[in-house]
Parts: sequence; structure tokens; C-alpha cells
Amino acid sequence: MTEVLNQNTYELLVEVRHREKIADPEGSTINKALHALGFNSVEKVSVGKAIRLLIKSESEQAAVSQAEDICKRLLANPVLENYFITLIKQKTPEEISSV
Amino acid sequence: MSKTVGIVVFPGTNCEYDVAESIETLGGNYKFIFHLETNLNSVDSLVIAGGFAHGDYLRPGAIARFSPVMESLIKFANEGGPVVGICNGFQVLTEAGLLPGALQKNANLTFLCQPVVLKVETTNSSFTNKLTVNSKVKLFINHFSGNYTCEQEVLTDLKENDQILLTYVDNPNGSTENIAAICNTKRNVVGLMPHPERAISELLGSTDGLYFFKSLI
Repeated sequence: MTEVLNQNTYELLVEVRHREKIADPEGSTINKALHALGFNSVEKVSVGKAIRLLIKSESEQAAVSQAEDICKRLLANPVLENYFITLIKQKTPEEISSV
Repeated sequence: MSKTVGIVVFPGTNCEYDVAESIETLGGNYKFIFHLETNLNSVDSLVIAGGFAHGDYLRPGAIARFSPVMESLIKFANEGGPVVGICNGFQVLTEAGLLPGALQKNANLTFLCQPVVLKVETTNSSFTNKLTVNSKVKLFINHFSGNYTCEQEVLTDLKENDQILLTYVDNPNGSTENIAAICNTKRNVVGLMPHPERAISELLGSTDGLYFFKSLI
């Protein structure tokens, strides 16, 4: 097997959030607390998980598609949660250790 | 000779000795099955005991689902072997796709540790066949994510196929249709949030849990 060249590392941010119809008591409690503090313009608070991935890949597209697969297989439970993937940027080797 | 119950233990499981005591009380045999085990030939049924498998990291049951034992457990279940998931074990079974739906956080975000009265909806399953339909049993709950949730079509299927085994008389956690326990369509895989292994002695406040374990022995 030849070593795959031209691989880069991409940083992706996965946000796992409750689906719309699933109760998010943590979010609504924070919302109430914000209103108690006077932040009355806050309409809704959603609490989820943020998961940062560094993926070695040939392209941005391939990295995102791999992240999709990861979300489906493990990171989100489709009965309860939705996931959102954001490509942050390509990382240089020097930057990787700081993530 | 009585049958041997395999008690599945993940790192973080903490109810395995209570399950073992329940089986022992009834004169049955049990064997602990650590999560790295893949040979399940020596057991006749499997109980996934409660606790916090793999620390409940990511979601309850999400990581446990990938433990080596699970592949053999899924095969065991598909071949018709009785598999019971109690509390965290129920969460593992939904994550593994052996039971439909999911357990979300309790309504009001409260950790619940209390007795509950349950109505026996059907005795047609591997873990409720020694009970009486429409009777009431007293067990104990001890969970943060026990609020059963599923898609509308899944709920319709559960009702049509008589897969809802136990319901809460007084719903403590917001669970859909008061569901406390369900089984799969083959009726050999059962998941329940209440702990029958904590209701095996008058000293504990109930002996109703023993009726559940009798079905495995």
C-alpha cells in the first residue's frame, strides 16, 4: 500500500442538539434564569454538546462527509438529537496541538 | 438443573450484585459476564444490570453499545435468547437498536430515587411471564434519564403489537404514555427503567421484583 499523500487536517465543530419536539429542560431553565437577570430579549436557549474533531482528509468535502458518518454512527441519537457540522478551517501541523 | 443467568457488567455498572442476589434468593445460577467477553455459550439468558456503563459518556449507553460483548449479545437476542436491560441496561438496548425509541432526561430535570407502582400491561414477554395482567407491582426507580420517548409510528407499533409491558400508575418522569417497560416484537428482549432487583425482600419494602427474575430461572 502506498502512503496517501496530499492529506490535510481539517478542524470541524459538531453541535449535537435536542430535536425540536424533545424537551430541553436545561435550556428552558437557563432561559428563565436569564430573564430573572433582566435579559428579557432572549427568546430561546438550547443546550447541547459541542464536539471538536480534527480529521485527516484529502479534501474539505471528504472531511465533512466523514464527520457526517461519525455523527450518524455515534455522536447523535436520531430519536432525540440533531447534529450540525461546521467546517472551521484547515489546520497546519503547528496549529493542531493548540486545538 | 436451573438455568444460568448471565449478568453483563460494563465498567461503571453498579447493580450486578443486586441482580446476583435476586437470582440466588430464588435458588438460581448466575455468572458475571464482563464486557470484553464474547463467548456467551454458558448462559441461558442475559441481564444488563444498571449503573453508569462507561461513565455514561456522550449519552447513557452510547459507548457501551460498542463493547465487545455487544456483538455476541445482539446475536444471542436475534436467536431468541432472553435479554433484559434494567435502567442503564434499557438505555444500552435502545442505543444498540434492540429496542425502539430512547430514554431522555426526566421531565423537570430531576434525578428520581423513589418507589413506583406499576401496572402490568402484558405478561407475554421473557421477563413478565410470571406476573398477572392488570395487577400492580411496587418497584423502585433510580434514574436521571428514564423518560421514554419515540416517534409516533413507533408508539403505534408498540401499542398494536402489545409491546408495552409496564406502565407507571403515577408517571414520575414524563415518560410517553406512562411507559416503564417495553419488549421487542419477538418478545425476548425486554427493557425496563424500574429496578426489580431492589424489590426482593420485605426489608427493602417490596418482594415484587422476585416475580420478574423467576421467569429467567
